Amino acid sequence: MFEAAALAVLTAAAVTLSRALTGPSIYDRILAVNVMGTKTVALLALIGFVYERPHFLDIAIVYALINFIATIAFLRYRERGDLRI
Amino acid sequence: MRFLYTAAVLFLFWLALSGQFTGLLLGSGAAAALFVAALGRGGRALPGPVFLLRLAAYLPWLFWQIVLSGLDVAYRVLHPSRPIDPRVMKIKNPCRTPLGTALLANSITLTPGTVTLDAGPEELVIHSVSAEAADALLAGEMQRRVMRVEGTPDV
Amino acid sequence: MTEPGLVRTAVSAVLLVLGCLAMLSASVGILRFPDFYSRIHPAGKADTLGITFVLTGLMVREGFTLVSLKLLIILVFMLIASPTATHALAKSAYIAGLGHWKKEKGKDAP
Repeated sequence: MFEAAALAVLTAAAVTLSRALTGPSIYDRILAVNVMGTKTVALLALIGFVYERPHFLDIAIVYALINFIATIAFLRYRERGDLRI
Repeated sequence: MRFLYTAAVLFLFWLALSGQFTGLLLGSGAAAALFVAALGRGGRALPGPVFLLRLAAYLPWLFWQIVLSGLDVAYRVLHPSRPIDPRVMKIKNPCRTPLGTALLANSITLTPGTVTLDAGPEELVIHSVSAEAADALLAGEMQRRVMRVEGTPDV
Repeated sequence: MTEPGLVRTAVSAVLLVLGCLAMLSASVGILRFPDFYSRIHPAGKADTLGITFVLTGLMVREGFTLVSLKLLIILVFMLIASPTATHALAKSAYIAGLGHWKKEKGKDAP
């Protein structure tokens, strides 16, 4: 069951990747990468259940945080031209 | 007081993540929570318990809206003729606090057919995917609910 | 990770299937919609719905344990972060002046 769900999420991530590759604008690419990050979090949680190793959930938490901060940091850089706080 | 509240919340978060109750881990967790709370001093406070309770009463309705909007988007995506008619519009922002504005902008993004493009203290710029979605937002039910959470009197 | 009863397994399977469908429709929407602003809609909603269903399904399967609490933490964070990231993207594009696609009579989408 978890394997099938993980494969479906992986397929969705692959479809999103094609949008990240084709663009056309930089925002389309960031959007696609952000969505792929969301799917990666779901995938990590599912993998934790597939292999019965709950520690994957900690990785999922960290990945969710990094994904969010990376998106925000990149957009901030686009808007202001630097990353000072 | 605010400092201790922040540290306590952080310490509970630590407990949830570690799940082990040995002296060493509890001690380092408490130290880390105090350290991070000290770093965050002078920043914006965590929302108080009254706000959180009102927020908890608001969440079931929001969750239902998320389900509806997911179905709405799935229908528009999978329909062969792709029935979308996008438009950009501006609405008045009824909230008085940054927290309320953030909640309203977030809720608009999660409800069917609308996304917040820009949120200022006076007005919000909305992108809606269809005319019905725009009308549903202009009817103002969400604004009333968010203002109840925020605690401002109805205008 | 214990073995749950039949009802809980069934409920969690249904939730997982719904979540996967929502995530797939989000991906197809991002691929299929005509411009950036309309692509935001599947990204911000269907995707949030998808991860909500997947994580809730795993929580139902797991029951009341520390693993469920972690799943709940991820879920709450995603519910806050996903619309915020979407909004940040939309705002950034709006400020940069990215044009948006409008439906015109007698003209098909690009």
